Amino acid sequence: MSLLDYFRSSKPNTASLAKERLQILVAHERASRNQPSYLPQLQQELLAVIRKYINVGQDAITVNFEQDGNQETLELNIVLPDEK
Amino acid sequence: MARIIVVTSGKGGVGKTTTSAAIAMGLAKRGHKTAVIDFDVGLRNLDLIMGCERRVVYDLVNVINNEATLNQALIKDKRCDQLYILPASQTRDKDALSTEGVGKILEGLSKDFKYIVCDSPAGIERGATLAMYFADDAFVVTNPEVSSVRDSDRMLGILSSKSRRAEKGEEPIKEYLLLSRYSPDRVKLGEMLSVEDVQEILSLHLLGVIPESKSVLNASNSGTPVILDEQSDAGQAYADIVARYLGEDKPHRFIEEEKKGLFGKLFGGK
Ligand SMILES: Nc1ncnc2c1ncn2[C@@H]1O[C@H](COP(=O)(O)OP(=O)(O)OP(=O)(O)O)[C@@H](O)[C@H]1O
Ligand SMILES: [Mg+2]
Repeated sequence: MSLLDYFRSSKPNTASLAKERLQILVAHERASRNQPSYLPQLQQELLAVIRKYINVGQDAITVNFEQDGNQETLELNIVLPDEK
Repeated sequence: MARIIVVTSGKGGVGKTTTSAAIAMGLAKRGHKTAVIDFDVGLRNLDLIMGCERRVVYDLVNVINNEATLNQALIKDKRCDQLYILPASQTRDKDALSTEGVGKILEGLSKDFKYIVCDSPAGIERGATLAMYFADDAFVVTNPEVSSVRDSDRMLGILSSKSRRAEKGEEPIKEYLLLSRYSPDRVKLGEMLSVEDVQEILSLHLLGVIPESKSVLNASNSGTPVILDEQSDAGQAYADIVARYLGEDKPHRFIEEEKKGLFGKLFGGK
């Protein structure tokens, strides 16, 4: 490392910022790419059914689709409201 | 049977045409009969980079529409008798390319050629998706820059789901990373994503790194694929890429900064 490089290295490292942002974005985009297209609608309809019985918010349910080799799993997660 | 290579990227201007011209010439110079096809219908440019723009009579769309035969449309390279160019048409009709039409052309070429290089246009419209649909191998040209890396990943998604091989459930397309316009000095300063960074994000097999190089513009000015400039760094990088693709074991180059003299070491250069 040259003397000048030493002083230069005090500048923010934008490349590592780029890498971090890309890793998050690419992981997100890959996950949604593999999702079946019915997923958003399924989520809406499930929410409507649950809300008939329990008073939950819009984001109280998450539906996750995962593919692992030949096995596909659909994970449904419902967060119930705190008992008052 | 020919091996069909698509040169793709998603993002525009990253070096697909430069790469297509270089590797097609490289494969042909190694004695393999090679055809290079311009899929950029409406914006043809491969003819210019190959230096045969004044010899274009018929094009890809003419052959698809049976207005010319393959042999009439193929332009034989003047520097290498194993290389042929099939230019794109200048039509503005976006539907000029059809899956059947392109399939028919590739089938015809397959009988005669060892390698078929498809220079894809930017974007994800028909020209781009058709260029990759029939591919056996994909050369994903990426620049060390956020939008290029992201677009490359999108192309990987399309390659693995919308190609002929994917639809038929055959062995998937082999995907290779070609990292272009690389500046080791900027990587060292933390201003540019490194080869390792890009490889880690895309998890692709690295076929080679092409440095940012003045020789590329010089080559395009004169209509010479840069691989013929054997003295240049970019020309050597492409020659290495062709050799690796053909199975030779060549250590990667152009990843590290060039060694500087004592003066450069002391004052950092540039
Ligand atoms: N390694 C390199 N060093 C310097 N300049 C380069 C390099 N590779 C390509 N270029 C330049 O970048 C520009 C775009 O290159 P090219 O036409 O090959 O890209 P492309 O991906 O085919 O573009 P398009 O998406 O428009 O088809 C050209 O001006 C070319 O000279
Ligand atoms: Mg191009």
